Amino acid sequence: MAQPATATRLDPARQEFYHRLLRQMLLVRRFEEKAGEAYATGKIGGFCHLYIGQEAVAVGTGAALRDDDYLFTSYREHAHALVRGMSARACMAELFGKATGCSKGKGGSMHLFDTERRFLGGHAIVGSHLPLANGAGFAIKYRGTDQVAACYFGEAAANIGAFHESLNMAALWTLPVIFICENNRYGMGTALERASAVYHIADRACAHEMDSETVDGMDVLAVYDAMVRAVERGREAQLPTLLEARTYRYMGHSMADPIHGHYRTKEELEEQKKKDPIAGLRYRLRDDGLLDDAEFTAMDRQVHEEVEEALAFAEESPDPDPAELFTDVYQE
Amino acid sequence: MATKVVMEALSPTMEEGRLVQWLKQEGDAIEPGDILAEVETDKAVMELPARGDGILRKVLVPAGATVPVGGLVAVIAPEGEDISALIREAGTGNKEAVAPAPATKVGPVAPASPRPAAAAPGPTTPSPVHQAAAGGRLRASPLARRIARERGVDLTVVRGSGPGGRIIKRDLERAPGAPVVPAVSVPSAGYEDVPLTQIRKTIARRLAESLGPVPHFFLTVEIDMERAWDAREALNALGEEPKITFNDIIVKVVAQALLRHRECNAWWQGDFIRYFRDVHIGMAVAVDQGLITPVIRHADQKSLRQIALETRELSQRAHERKLKPEEYTGSTFSVSNLGMMGIHEFTAVINPPEAGIVAVGGITPQPVVDAGAVAIRRRMRMTMSCDHRVIDGATGARFLQTVKRMLENPLAMVW
Amino acid sequence: MPVLTYRDALNQALREEMERDPNVFLMGEEVGVYQGAYKVSRGLLEAFGERRVVDTPIAELGFAGLGVGAAMVGLRPVIEFMTWNFALLAIDEIINSAAKMLYMSGGQIPIPIVFRGPGGAALQLAAQHSQAFESFYAHVPGLKVVAPATPYDAKGLLKTSIRDDNPVVFLEGEMLYNTKGDVPEGEYTIPLGQADVKREGGDVTLICHSKTVALALKAAEQLAEQLQVSAEVVDLRTIRPLDVEIILASVRKTNRCVIVEEGWPFCGVGAQVVHEIQHAAFDDLDAPIERITGADVPMPYNKHLERAAKPGVDHVIAAVKRVTYLD
Repeated sequence: MAQPATATRLDPARQEFYHRLLRQMLLVRRFEEKAGEAYATGKIGGFCHLYIGQEAVAVGTGAALRDDDYLFTSYREHAHALVRGMSARACMAELFGKATGCSKGKGGSMHLFDTERRFLGGHAIVGSHLPLANGAGFAIKYRGTDQVAACYFGEAAANIGAFHESLNMAALWTLPVIFICENNRYGMGTALERASAVYHIADRACAHEMDSETVDGMDVLAVYDAMVRAVERGREAQLPTLLEARTYRYMGHSMADPIHGHYRTKEELEEQKKKDPIAGLRYRLRDDGLLDDAEFTAMDRQVHEEVEEALAFAEESPDPDPAELFTDVYQE
Repeated sequence: MATKVVMEALSPTMEEGRLVQWLKQEGDAIEPGDILAEVETDKAVMELPARGDGILRKVLVPAGATVPVGGLVAVIAPEGEDISALIREAGTGNKEAVAPAPATKVGPVAPASPRPAAAAPGPTTPSPVHQAAAGGRLRASPLARRIARERGVDLTVVRGSGPGGRIIKRDLERAPGAPVVPAVSVPSAGYEDVPLTQIRKTIARRLAESLGPVPHFFLTVEIDMERAWDAREALNALGEEPKITFNDIIVKVVAQALLRHRECNAWWQGDFIRYFRDVHIGMAVAVDQGLITPVIRHADQKSLRQIALETRELSQRAHERKLKPEEYTGSTFSVSNLGMMGIHEFTAVINPPEAGIVAVGGITPQPVVDAGAVAIRRRMRMTMSCDHRVIDGATGARFLQTVKRMLENPLAMVW
Repeated sequence: MPVLTYRDALNQALREEMERDPNVFLMGEEVGVYQGAYKVSRGLLEAFGERRVVDTPIAELGFAGLGVGAAMVGLRPVIEFMTWNFALLAIDEIINSAAKMLYMSGGQIPIPIVFRGPGGAALQLAAQHSQAFESFYAHVPGLKVVAPATPYDAKGLLKTSIRDDNPVVFLEGEMLYNTKGDVPEGEYTIPLGQADVKREGGDVTLICHSKTVALALKAAEQLAEQLQVSAEVVDLRTIRPLDVEIILASVRKTNRCVIVEEGWPFCGVGAQVVHEIQHAAFDDLDAPIERITGADVPMPYNKHLERAAKPGVDHVIAAVKRVTYLD
């Protein structure tokens, strides 16, 4: 396990970088809060899986990627889309199912896509996007370029066939894929220890002779550092990495699932919240004199405005034309 | 206030009617004048109008049923009014209402009429209700149904050779012109019973009423048609529509002749004879189920062109069973022409109460003696049937001579 | 004109397309070093190298999904399943990823991939190696499903499928690989969605695809000789999209139809064809439409039972007699 990054002082030369990370985490947080509200008032339908508490993982890893790298994730994806550069408007409008959404209202919360930003979804079958990420890795090698493909999934996906097949192939063919396991300890209502013979997800990498690392998923800078290492391995040596980020989600698996109760206690939740990633970076910055409260408040307010604007945009946007029902089934 | 809907007398000779189809359903709102149903009379398919308003509360006879004139068929009343008494009354009154008569087709008409005999319009086209086969449902492949529809073949009289008696395409390839195979035929018996349609019943009744009591005698002339032929050709060469037929010419000539021989333009009325000043010529037209005589009124006053137009129009509607009673009644004299069917000569039965009818054969080239030599000339035979109570032999003969002279000298028509 | 086996026709198609477009690659079990489990890819590894002809571990889900991912970023994979029976393991990627990606992404991501391999029964391969999968995939909007019957069709259709920007399920047949037929030299393609009248006739339409085409042609010959019935044989070639026009034109001409298919009857391809005909050509039917299908059972091992489970010429002739009322 890597050394926690909390011990060292922050580098003032990188203040802008830290602010950017903080702002991104705030954006994700506020966006998800608003999305939760919108879902509860019936404006977002279907399933809505919130990332609240896990911000450090998407933001920290995202910061280590290039614009021309590829990104695949599961259905808990709003954060990754925003980090990748999708506007809050396009994202919220898609959640609302509107024509102005990134997928024209035809994908919804679980199927956000943005090819310009190489954000390749948005997949709702647990584990089935891991082979897709391998495909991108394969194409990178095929073309002889130096991108990497980042692939995010939950710890429960580490038990499905696609996970094992994908890790084997990535290691066998040395594909530049970074498998990022967002281990939030619970697959819907089943704790990891009840689903998995091997508790430490990163340990599975050795079954495929793959490099791995475990990192504190509540510490954005630690996550960033680990990702930098994985990206370098992928770009330079075209080797895959299994990166396990230990994190925690505050909300239920989806908006339709209980926050706590049978499967976890309120006390545990409260305990975990003390390690909040946003608070963690904020107070570190403050302690090292790189962000004061007023600046934080201003940052938060700005983010709030951005999200409110996105909400209003989504509300006012039109539904897709009924004719869109039959478009995009086949490529002409 | 409830309105009783009864089988009305929709033709002068009607005694019972067959309810072909209901055009309104129980529960429909009805205004006076709304057409409730189509009824087949002895002559044509007529509309049954509503005489009151309200809701069509009860329909008492199903489509296909035959009901005597005056029988109760439905009740119109405001919503909520108690009509049970009326219905009970109907229950006893209509006991004689005959169950749906199996519709049969009396042999398709050979292609002589200008239009192919169409199947009876609308509801009587092949419908399972009319099938009297054991089991009831008409089985025919979709293709067979389409062909039948297009050709106007009544499927209820076609025997199906497919499974379960299904009528299939090859059965229709045999059907037109084939001997009628009615649904109720008994296999391997030496005969077939064909129930009568309304029109056949009427023809039978009326002409039996005629030939029985009416003392018929028959006079035949042979007419030289060369000049009439030329005149017709010349007329038609003018290029005007409609083209004149020989029948048109004959109708006009007969009408003109009747003006000069009013004693033939008469009705036997039992204890008096009615001599008409007007000439209304009844023309026998074969329709797919028999015979009907639409009337050219005031035929004496109409030009050839008018006669031609009217003849066409009436014949068409006769075929479609859409003639109104006033259009097939009231003739003072009749003409029947079987020339187009290759008949040289025949005798027609008088339409009572008329006193006479001429039967016209075809125009054929015949060898004749003319000025001591044999020549080939177009000749036509015409036979007049006369009611001896009204017309004597000499009277009839003189009439025919006039007709002959006019046909042989067409300008004499305007003499 | 050269005569080629179905297998070699496919080989030519792969070769030509890989030469034509550097983005095309072949991936599957035993496609490279082994020269292909059924030798369809013979010589391709030598011609194009390991980068473009890739042997995989036994991991259908893994490599089918990899193919889809590669297609998402612009390559044109040809993914071979050793048999379509094994593709059940990958069906999630074929349907949930490949078929639906364009739609879910609001038109952003087309998937130009071909999944190919032999489907249907061979000889005594028993229950898990003998299933025909046309209906499974034809059911899905977003997929195209192709099933060529002859070497000529196989080559032309595979080339078109590779060039198509949509996911194509390409169903070959182990029993077809050795069959021979004319394959012209030079470049040609056959459009998808176009059926082919393999034999003209006027009395009855026989609709078939893949292995049942030869069967239908044989039946047509016997029908002509023995019963003077002239059968028109319509080879569907593409299952989805279905060439409804040619089917209807034929049935409108003959007024009778017998569908011959290898797969199971319930919700089989023929069921869809029956619907199209009865719906649009109802008034042209002189008899109900007959279907000859594989028996509604898992495939037995014993060879007589297996033969009884497959459609045969006798079945077709009996059906034709029924629809022509000759029985």
